Amino acid sequence: MRRRLAGISLLGVLALTAAACGNSGNGGDSGGGGTQEAGPVTITMWTRAATQTQSERLVQQYNKTHKNQVKLTVIPTDNYQPRIAAAAGAKQLPDVFAADVIFVPNYTSQGLFLDITDRVTALPYKDKLAPSHIKLGTLDGRMYTLPHTLDLSVWFWNKDLYEKAGLDPEQGPKSLKEFAQQATAVQEKLGADGKVHGTFFGGNCGGCYVFTFWPSVWAAGGQVMNAEGTQSLNDQPAMTEVFKIWRELYEKKVTGPTAKEEQGPTWTGFFPKGEIGVMPMPSTTLGLMPKEMKIGVAPIAGPDGGESTFVGGDSIGISSTTKNADAAWEFLSWTVGDEAQVEVMAKNKDVLARTDLAGNKYSSEDPRVVLINSLVAKGQTPYALRFGQTFNDPQGPWLRYAREAVFGDASKLGQLNAEITKSLQQ
Amino acid sequence: MTLTMTRSGRRAAHGAPSARWRSRRIQGWLYAAPTAVIVGVLFLAPLVLVVWMSLNRWPLLGAPAFNAPDNYTKIADNPLFVDAVLFTLKYTALTTVLLSAVALGLALLVQDRRPGIGFFRTAFFLPGAVGFAAAGLLFYGMLNNDFGPIDPMLQAIGLTSEPVKWIGTPNMALFSTITLVIWRFAGFNMLILLTGLQAIPTEVYEAARSDGANRLQIFTRITLPLLRPTLALMLILSVTGSLLAFDQFFVFTNGGPDNSTVSMVMVVYRDAFFRFDLGGAAALSVVLLVALVGLNTFMMRRLR
Repeated sequence: MRRRLAGISLLGVLALTAAACGNSGNGGDSGGGGTQEAGPVTITMWTRAATQTQSERLVQQYNKTHKNQVKLTVIPTDNYQPRIAAAAGAKQLPDVFAADVIFVPNYTSQGLFLDITDRVTALPYKDKLAPSHIKLGTLDGRMYTLPHTLDLSVWFWNKDLYEKAGLDPEQGPKSLKEFAQQATAVQEKLGADGKVHGTFFGGNCGGCYVFTFWPSVWAAGGQVMNAEGTQSLNDQPAMTEVFKIWRELYEKKVTGPTAKEEQGPTWTGFFPKGEIGVMPMPSTTLGLMPKEMKIGVAPIAGPDGGESTFVGGDSIGISSTTKNADAAWEFLSWTVGDEAQVEVMAKNKDVLARTDLAGNKYSSEDPRVVLINSLVAKGQTPYALRFGQTFNDPQGPWLRYAREAVFGDASKLGQLNAEITKSLQQ
Repeated sequence: MTLTMTRSGRRAAHGAPSARWRSRRIQGWLYAAPTAVIVGVLFLAPLVLVVWMSLNRWPLLGAPAFNAPDNYTKIADNPLFVDAVLFTLKYTALTTVLLSAVALGLALLVQDRRPGIGFFRTAFFLPGAVGFAAAGLLFYGMLNNDFGPIDPMLQAIGLTSEPVKWIGTPNMALFSTITLVIWRFAGFNMLILLTGLQAIPTEVYEAARSDGANRLQIFTRITLPLLRPTLALMLILSVTGSLLAFDQFFVFTNGGPDNSTVSMVMVVYRDAFFRFDLGGAAALSVVLLVALVGLNTFMMRRLR
């Protein structure tokens, strides 16, 4: 009996081992098929939740009209970077993946994307692709990514709340100081029961700070980093002045009570509920706002005026480990073509990846979309190789710096700014 | 030695059972084989790989480059890790003490068989069936100042006048997390202690009672000493689990506010997946492993 048991368990082990080996063998093959794909190919694509809507629309339309198919996986924004890193380490990247444009320089330097210079330069509209995205996707003169979605930071104001607070509902803020005055007015007139707040921001979210505060610095003619992305200039007056205004708003309880704890996932959720007077918002959310809500859109301004925006969003590239490069490029090039840009992106009020299509039949219907499209040329996308670990990572030095500046102890800022620079130079 | 002599003696007495002995040995190996393979593939191989990674600069893609001992020497320059060590030790001490006290209290409460006791045992154990990450999200939702139900409830019964910043300050974040951990694990530890309590023979209690010992004396002189091996097991599980804390902080506090709740494993995770420094993260893991093995050896010796 015992012997039989031992025999069975040995067989079991052997079977398991064989199965494991067999699996790895099959796994290696199934990802393949070589670059000469025969018949329709299904390519895999990853994107982050923040720009899920746009990716889904593109993929849906592509799958409807093409033999090749795209299987899209959406990953929570906060987990996206770790997932990419883990997949790259295991050589299990999808065929194509979108990435927050500011992480792209790091990814290209790690060799995660395939060089697509020749394919991009063959496009008839190669010079019309969103310049900031192309710049960050270029390393040593070689191109690795295409613009996928553009997400600009702008100020949204709630016209109904403005009217109730006695403000002119058609006049949004023209400077950060006006922004503060209007937010304060909404808070004072309507905030008594704690349901409506003057403004809101992601106070425990590094990415939210850079996306919503930095444009005020640029609008005032300042900079947040040197051009190489190796030195922090966040201790300069241009930035400290912006922090000061936000700090006063928090101290006067004009921001929602949870602004200090907001870690990012829900920071855009309060405005659509009609709870916020005026706040910085991503332009991609304009098409998702409740239909009946009257929303004004203004460019982010500096303390005394000016206009700027953070040209964020995603770039998309073919992973360097793919075996389906041609099918992947067929999809990628289609996403920046006329049909996808106008009939998918512009139709849904999204900012276009191509500057030559900005004046299309859909965008002219809504002056807010025209305004947002016009900001692409005025805004900036900061470049730094170590952007993610410095500014987005919750344990990175920037979040501590911003929180001390807005809620905490200003005497610590000098040392913390030095830590930002140190992180940028690692 | 004794064993060998007995065996050889037996062998000599039975004439030629060496073939049988050999087959028994092979059988023994076969019995151990499945576990050995699993341990080898799932533990030893990754362990060797991690040690090898810690001696290299290990990029996401491409060939690693040997750079020992750089990954180890730079650990001291990582202020986040040094802070995380101190924080994790503090968290471990607090959690272990509080968790043991609550679990022991619960175990004593539900120790005796009486009507309806099954309901309470189940109720106390039930949170243990909730995944840790799910529990973290649950607490995040319950304690959220915007939509969580706890704040309005506390205000309705007049305990607080405004929303409590449950994860808004370093101390409150630690307190809330420890509450989460106790809620999640007290029932499981209660179960461990319950098996220990029920293993104590009732005759010992009866003898103590007939000698005139009061409840406190029985608890300190009988229950606690006889529960020692079970307590030791719980202690080792709790200390090891707490030193490796990750999910609760990652999901619930995200290391905040202001990096006040960053555990050691979170730093490893950050180095690997945010900074893409796989070699450095491997070095931190190796240091953590060595420290844990040392600590557990020490505890097992002291508590035996």
